[in-house]
Amino acid sequence: MSRARADEEEYWHSSKFRAFTFDDEDDELSQLKESKRAVNSLRDIVDDDDDDLERVSWSGEPVGSISWSIRETASGSTASLEGRDSSLQKGSSSYAALPKQVSSYSLSSLFKGRNKLPSFQSLSDALTDTGVKNYAPELRRPKAEYKDYSNDWSPKDTVRRMQRGKVCSLERFRSLQDKLMLLDEAVAGHDGNVITAVLIFLKRTLRREILFRELEMRQVALCHLIHFLRETGEQKFLLDLLRFLDRTEEVALSQYREHLNIQDVEKRREFLKGCIGLPFSAEDTSHIQDHYTLLERQIIIEANDRHLEMAGQSEIFRKYPRKASILNMPLVTTLFYSCFYHYTEAEGMFSSPTNLKKTFKIPDKQYVLTALAARAKLRAWDDVDALLTTKNWLGYTKKKAPIGFHRVVEILQRNSAPVQVLQEYVRLVEDVETRLNVATKYKCHDVVIETYKDLKDRIQLTAYKCKVERGSAEEEKINSILNN
Amino acid sequence: SGRVNLTALREAGRRELREFLDKCAGSKAIVWDEYLTGPFGLIAQYSLLKEHEVEKMFTLKPGRLPPADVKNIIFFVRPKLELMDIITDNVLREDRGRSPQRDFHILFVPRRSLLCEQWLKEQGVLGSFIHREQYSLDLIPFDGDLLSMESESAFKECYLESDQTSLYHAAKGLMTLQALYGTIPQIFGKGDCARHVANMMIRMKREFPGSQNSIFPVFDTLLLLDRNVDLLTPLATQLTYEGLIDEIYGIQNTYVKLPPEKFAPKKQGEGGKDLPTEPKKLQLNSAEELYAEIRDKNFNAVGSVLSKKAKIISAAFEERHHAKTVGEIKQFVSQLPHMQAARSSLANHTSIAELIKDITTSEDFFDNLTVEQEFMSGIDTDKVNNYIEDCIAQKHPLIKILRLVCLQSVCNSGLKQKVLDHYKREILQTYGYEHILTLNNLEKAGLLKPQTSGRNNFPTIRKTLRLWMDDVNEQNPNDISYVYSGYAPLSVRLAQLLARPGWRSIEEVLKMLPGPHFEERQQLPTGLQKKRQQGENRVTLVFFLGGVTYAEIAALRFLSQMEDGGTEYVIATTKLINGTTWIKSLMEKLEPAPF
Repeated sequence: MSRARADEEEYWHSSKFRAFTFDDEDDELSQLKESKRAVNSLRDIVDDDDDDLERVSWSGEPVGSISWSIRETASGSTASLEGRDSSLQKGSSSYAALPKQVSSYSLSSLFKGRNKLPSFQSLSDALTDTGVKNYAPELRRPKAEYKDYSNDWSPKDTVRRMQRGKVCSLERFRSLQDKLMLLDEAVAGHDGNVITAVLIFLKRTLRREILFRELEMRQVALCHLIHFLRETGEQKFLLDLLRFLDRTEEVALSQYREHLNIQDVEKRREFLKGCIGLPFSAEDTSHIQDHYTLLERQIIIEANDRHLEMAGQSEIFRKYPRKASILNMPLVTTLFYSCFYHYTEAEGMFSSPTNLKKTFKIPDKQYVLTALAARAKLRAWDDVDALLTTKNWLGYTKKKAPIGFHRVVEILQRNSAPVQVLQEYVRLVEDVETRLNVATKYKCHDVVIETYKDLKDRIQLTAYKCKVERGSAEEEKINSILNN
Repeated sequence: SGRVNLTALREAGRRELREFLDKCAGSKAIVWDEYLTGPFGLIAQYSLLKEHEVEKMFTLKPGRLPPADVKNIIFFVRPKLELMDIITDNVLREDRGRSPQRDFHILFVPRRSLLCEQWLKEQGVLGSFIHREQYSLDLIPFDGDLLSMESESAFKECYLESDQTSLYHAAKGLMTLQALYGTIPQIFGKGDCARHVANMMIRMKREFPGSQNSIFPVFDTLLLLDRNVDLLTPLATQLTYEGLIDEIYGIQNTYVKLPPEKFAPKKQGEGGKDLPTEPKKLQLNSAEELYAEIRDKNFNAVGSVLSKKAKIISAAFEERHHAKTVGEIKQFVSQLPHMQAARSSLANHTSIAELIKDITTSEDFFDNLTVEQEFMSGIDTDKVNNYIEDCIAQKHPLIKILRLVCLQSVCNSGLKQKVLDHYKREILQTYGYEHILTLNNLEKAGLLKPQTSGRNNFPTIRKTLRLWMDDVNEQNPNDISYVYSGYAPLSVRLAQLLARPGWRSIEEVLKMLPGPHFEERQQLPTGLQKKRQQGENRVTLVFFLGGVTYAEIAALRFLSQMEDGGTEYVIATTKLINGTTWIKSLMEKLEPAPF
């Protein structure tokens, strides 16, 4: 990005790296074109119904594949149906809508906040479920299978049976020792499904302190329980466990993660405030603090700006209505917003760019880049000029760009700055090669001409004549230089 | 690969599926967990299901089930709680008054889950299911030499959550494989997960002595490799044809979806009409002659093959002018279908190559690759990189940033604390503080970390294993480094060195890489011990635990085809990955639930 093309070529030629481009004589591009041409010309020879030939529908699924058939067989039933949501069986677009909630059923409620899980009363109950009413008799599982578990299975056998998906009662394991043996066997089998099942049983039948203490010595089982608690959203139990284990940083992160589930910004802010004191690493603490401060600012700015916008008094909001609220946006986005709508505000204002810069210790480079982009978007070229001007202690002014002037030019160009403005900054690109490159690319003729003049490169200057308009001031300039 | 016929595995899968379907007597409808249709498509076509009275198929979604007039409704699902909720909703909304009543069944793929069944019981619907079974779709044949479990979260589960369930499935899959292809006499491995899988295999064998089979072993060696032994390779941009297709468009279950513009069927006089708007979907595998030839080539070598093919096909079609006699014309016509197929294959790959070329010739692709290659060859890995900073400033996709930063970290055995903190701050300020959770995950997985020992081992590893090759030949490669235009994937280098001269020569480096390395032998009955013919290749199964990239597969295929290589490789993995899908699997899901 930072290097101009010519620069790069130089670099590649001088270094041991190969560029990943098609650069040999027998250029690959022309080869591709050639095969393309051949393919196209063949179209005239054979008719184009190759879809038929391959038996592939346009979307590419071979006719007869499973995904194709889902569509086909599903659509077959649409006609017979009245009043049903017809989008249900249409093309693939409706499949994308799968996670959308159609019913009043909330999936999230099952994961979050609903404390139904402790009623995982008896696992064996579930697995030996006999309360089946609508079974066709012949399809019912043979009675023998139920009898099985009344036998005296050892922990090992029990685990092995569970691994094979068989029904097993865990209730028989009464003593702590038996339960732990069962757990150890499950862990040795590495089958997460069985480990989790045993853990649910232990969680229900052991006192917390004992469970925690034993799990501390069984890292694998511990990981499974943590994963399970996360999955099922048992936040409180999880935090208790992590605290017991003294995994404070994990407690902190786990708690912080919760803010993502809070939609209301005021509540989210309050929650983040509570996170600040959590035992994060030193580095993370400052980020969490910043996160809180940022949201706090955003709430203030949002309220204020919404008001301004609705009142219709402020020109900037009238001219450029906001597309979205600033709430929950990243810091740099917020800075851009502030440079766009609140550029001239005094540092004392929360919404002023300088205030943000100071509060969040935004590096110069980042600041200039963002401010430049915002002001250029507004075509406020004077602001751009001021942003890049520094005064030294003698009072002389100097142009300075911590991001490099080639980047300045790039940003200005993207915001369609006029050539006069562009030219000024192209001139300041330090590296000659880069300058020539940029100047040529953006047609800043004067800069190109001057640079060649400085380089005393008559050949290039003569060659450049064909790039400028005939009879233009630029051509005259070149001629006068060449004639000197 | 010539020696191993993986169709037997597919056959076994089909048989199991048929058996289950026949258990549910009468007409049936299948309700699909959409994620499964891709993998199942590699096992069976709809025709097989139809033969077993599957009349309708639907996608699993909340609400009332479509009113298909069938006796059985079968849910094909992964054991996931959120899917159980959808099933519950379906069952509860079933019209009890309808007659005849429809029977419900569940087929869990790949495993029945006690947790899920408990969950269904909680909702009061468990009793509605007559058959609750499992279909162990552990290793799915993707190609003649490639098996995948397509378990998306395997890496995350193993290295972030220490959940070894996917390793258990891997071991089960290997047992199935051995039942079909014979006991594999030699097992090598590197990494903690590899050790676990080997242990489980040995244990399973001991516990089911009946599984001792009498099949002559097809595989000589199994090599188990942990993904975290080589964190570098997936982070680099793959530069093979197939690798680039995957990097840019994403290949899923051998299918790729491409922007339709370049595939518009141009018919004379119909300009601009009916331009397709849906993406063009193509299947990519070695059954397609042309694709088999170019898939593993460096992209820079693809253009010349395509142009050569174009000439050959043009010439073949020209033949028609020379066909004079009825016999000659007949001959020409009989070849026409094959020629047309070749032509359409060429047309497709020319279009794809054009699409890719637009990307690979872009300035940004070039800059990104420059930085990657600098890191991999050991240049400036210990300071903040300008290009990465620029990308952050321009808000390039976060995953791209993370790939680069992680690559730098891995190539430097961790970043200096100051450098790491700088990147972290820039990322959080630009993309949002909540990404602190993702950064934390990457740190836990070892992808992004502070340099703890104060020593950078990577140069030693790079030099000993010759990971960076200066004189790479992309057109006619003589080394695996062609797949990344200079970088030789560490994982494949380990496989190569194991075959010759053996790992003993690199003990020191192996110790620098995480996890133990080991060798196990499985005893074979005397009758089954192999007497190798002179010049006969060994067959090695390389199992990547935590994912493998297409470029690594290409590198192994390259080794298989080396004339004096002596080893043929078959590849198995938990998931086919690239840097983007891999990093994504480690990111914290930040969007709140959509309701």
